[in-house]
Amino acid sequence: MLENLSAFIPNLPQVFQPTSPLFTVLKKAAVYSLVAVSMNLLNGFTGLFSLGQAGFMLLGAYTYAILMVPASQKEQVYYLFGGCAFDFSLPDAFAAIFGEGGAGGAVGMILSCLIALILAGCVAGFFAYLIGIPVLRLKSDYLAIATLGFAEILRAIFQWQKLGPVTNGANMIKGFTTFSSFNITNASGATLLRLSTFVPFLVSSVCILLIVLLINSSYGRAFKSIRDDEIAAEAMGINLFKHKMMSFVISSFFAGVGGALFAMYVANAQAKAFTSVMTYEILLIVVIGGIGSVSGSVLATFLYVACSEWWLRFLDSEQYIGAFKVPLLRNGFRMVIFSIVIMVIVLFFSQGIMGDKEINLGALIGKIRAKRERKQ
Amino acid sequence: MEYVISVLLSGISVGGQYALIAIGYTLVYGILRLINFAHGDVFMVAGLMGIYFTATMPITVSIPLVLIMTVILGFVIERAAYKPLRSAPRMSVMISAIGVSYLLQNTATYVTGGQPMTYPEIPFLSSTVGVAGTQTKWVVIITPFLVLALVYLLTLLINHTKVGMAMRAVSKDFATSRLMGIRVNSVISVTFIIGSALAAVGSVLYFTNYPAITPTAGAMPGLKAFVAAVFGGIGSIPGAVIGAFLIGICETIIKGLPSSWDVSVFSDAFTFALLIIILIFKPQGLFGEAATDKV
Repeated sequence: MLENLSAFIPNLPQVFQPTSPLFTVLKKAAVYSLVAVSMNLLNGFTGLFSLGQAGFMLLGAYTYAILMVPASQKEQVYYLFGGCAFDFSLPDAFAAIFGEGGAGGAVGMILSCLIALILAGCVAGFFAYLIGIPVLRLKSDYLAIATLGFAEILRAIFQWQKLGPVTNGANMIKGFTTFSSFNITNASGATLLRLSTFVPFLVSSVCILLIVLLINSSYGRAFKSIRDDEIAAEAMGINLFKHKMMSFVISSFFAGVGGALFAMYVANAQAKAFTSVMTYEILLIVVIGGIGSVSGSVLATFLYVACSEWWLRFLDSEQYIGAFKVPLLRNGFRMVIFSIVIMVIVLFFSQGIMGDKEINLGALIGKIRAKRERKQ
Repeated sequence: MEYVISVLLSGISVGGQYALIAIGYTLVYGILRLINFAHGDVFMVAGLMGIYFTATMPITVSIPLVLIMTVILGFVIERAAYKPLRSAPRMSVMISAIGVSYLLQNTATYVTGGQPMTYPEIPFLSSTVGVAGTQTKWVVIITPFLVLALVYLLTLLINHTKVGMAMRAVSKDFATSRLMGIRVNSVISVTFIIGSALAAVGSVLYFTNYPAITPTAGAMPGLKAFVAAVFGGIGSIPGAVIGAFLIGICETIIKGLPSSWDVSVFSDAFTFALLIIILIFKPQGLFGEAATDKV
C-alpha cells in the first residue's frame, strides 16, 4: 500500500519511492516470515528439530512454477529440452474460462495463482507425509540430519537432466506470474496501482493467522505437550505419532506455500537456490525471534532481512569518515559481522527477542493505562 | 579394466579422506551427543590455511603450522561456542554449531573474496604414479595407508592410555566420571583437538586431489563424513572408517557410471538415501550400541 504513496504525494523521501530497498525488504521478509513461522510450528511448538525446510520450499516453488508457466512461454523456457512434457497450465485454463485481459483476466490470474499456491503447499505436505512415516520415529538430532538429507536428495532429483522436460533440469523456470504481475497497469503500460508488496503480505498474513489459530486450538496444546514431555504427553492419551505427523505435514504445507511465494519474489524457480544454507538461515531467524513465539519469528524476519539486505549494506563497500578510511570494510564483511551477532544471540541471549512469549497489544495498552492511573 | 581400477583407487582414497573427518564427528558425538556441524567447515578452513601458509612459507613449515592452527581453531570453537551451553538443551548446542558453521563460511568468503582458491602443488603427493596401467597421484595411493596407521594409533590412544580411558568414561556418563575425578572439560577439549588434527590431515590429502576450495567446500564432505559415522555406529571408530570407505567408493562408482545415464548428480543424494535407510532399519549403525530410554 505504502508503495502507492509516491503517486499521490509528490515530494516523498527516497525511502518510500517504489524503487527503494524498503519494498524489496518488505517482500522478502513477508515470504521468509511465513517460512520461519512454519519452521517454528515444528521446532518451537512441537519440539521436532527438522532441517528439511528448504526441501519443502523447493517442492512448493517448482509446483507453482510448473503449473503457472503459460503455454505460450513453455517453448522458450524449456528450449533446451524441446518444450515441456507437461502441457497443462493454470493461467491458460482460467483464461479459457474468464477470457484474457480486463476484469476476467484479473479474476483468472488471482484464482490460478491462489490454486497454484494451495497445490504447492499440498505437494510439499504430501511429500512430508511420505517422508514422515519413517523419519518421525527418529530422535532429535537424527531427525534433523535425516530431514536435511531428504532436502538434499530432492535438490538432486530436481536437477536431474532426465527430468528436464518437467523440471527444466538445472536451469531455472521462469515466465510465470510473479508479485509484479499484480501491479495494475493501464492500457499504455503505466502502473496505476502497485500491489506487488501487498500480495505477499496478504498471503503470508492469512497463512500465519491459520498457524496461530492451529497453535491455539486443542491440537496446538497437544503439540506443546509433546514438546515439553513426550512420555507425559503419551500418558495423557495423546497419540504421539499422529500429532507429530500432523505438525510435520502442516509445517511443510506452509513451507511449500512459502517456497512458491519465494519463487514469485525472485521471479524464477531453480533447485540451486534451496540449499541447506537457506534452512540454516531460517533456523537462525527462528532462534533470534525466540523458539516458540510466532510474533518473535515475524519480528526477527523483518529485522534479519532488513539488516542483511539494506541496513548493513554499507559494510560491504569502503567507507570514509572524513579523511579516515574505515579499515576491514570490503565485500563480505557484512556477513561476518552478521554471523558474529548471531553467535552472540545464540550464546548469551538464547531466549531470542521474544522468548516463548507473544506480542500482546491488549496487555501492553492495559499496562500503559495502569501506569497512567497510578500517576494520577 | 583400467577404468575400473582407477575408479576404485580414487574411491578408496576419497573414502580415506572422509574417514579422517568422520572420526572427528564420531568422537565428538560419542562424548557430547552433538552433531558438530562446524566440523566440515573446520576442514575447509584447514584447506584455506594450507593455501595461505604455503604461499609464504616452505612446505615443511607450513603443513605442521596448518595442523597446529586447526587444532587451536577446534579448541577455541569448543571453548567459545559449546562449553557455555553444556547444561542447555541439545537443540541449543546444535544451533550453536550451525551458527559457528555460518560464521566460518562467511569469514572464509570475506577473506578469500568469494573466489575459488587453488590448492598448491605439494611435492611428492601431487606427483603422478602409474598403478596397474592407470595414472594417478601419489596422494591416492598413500591416503588409505596413512588413514589406517592414524586409526591404529588412535585406537591405541583410546584403549591403552589414561586420556583414552577418561574419554571412554565420559562418553558413558558425564556425572559419574566427574565424581571419579576426571576433568570432563579437558577430556572434551582433547576430543576436539584430536578431531581437528585429523581433519587438518584430511584437508591436505583431500584438497591436493581437488581443483579448488570455495567457502562451502567443507559442508558436503562434512555431512558425508557424518553419514559415514552414523552408518558405522556413532561413537565407534572402526565403524566410522568402514562407513567412510564404503561411502567414498560408492560415490566414485556413481560418478564414474556412463555419462549417458546421467546419474552423477545423485552422488551426493546417494549418501543421504543411505543415511535414511540406515536410520530406518538399523539406527544404531553397524557397530553401535543400542540405547534404551529411561523413563
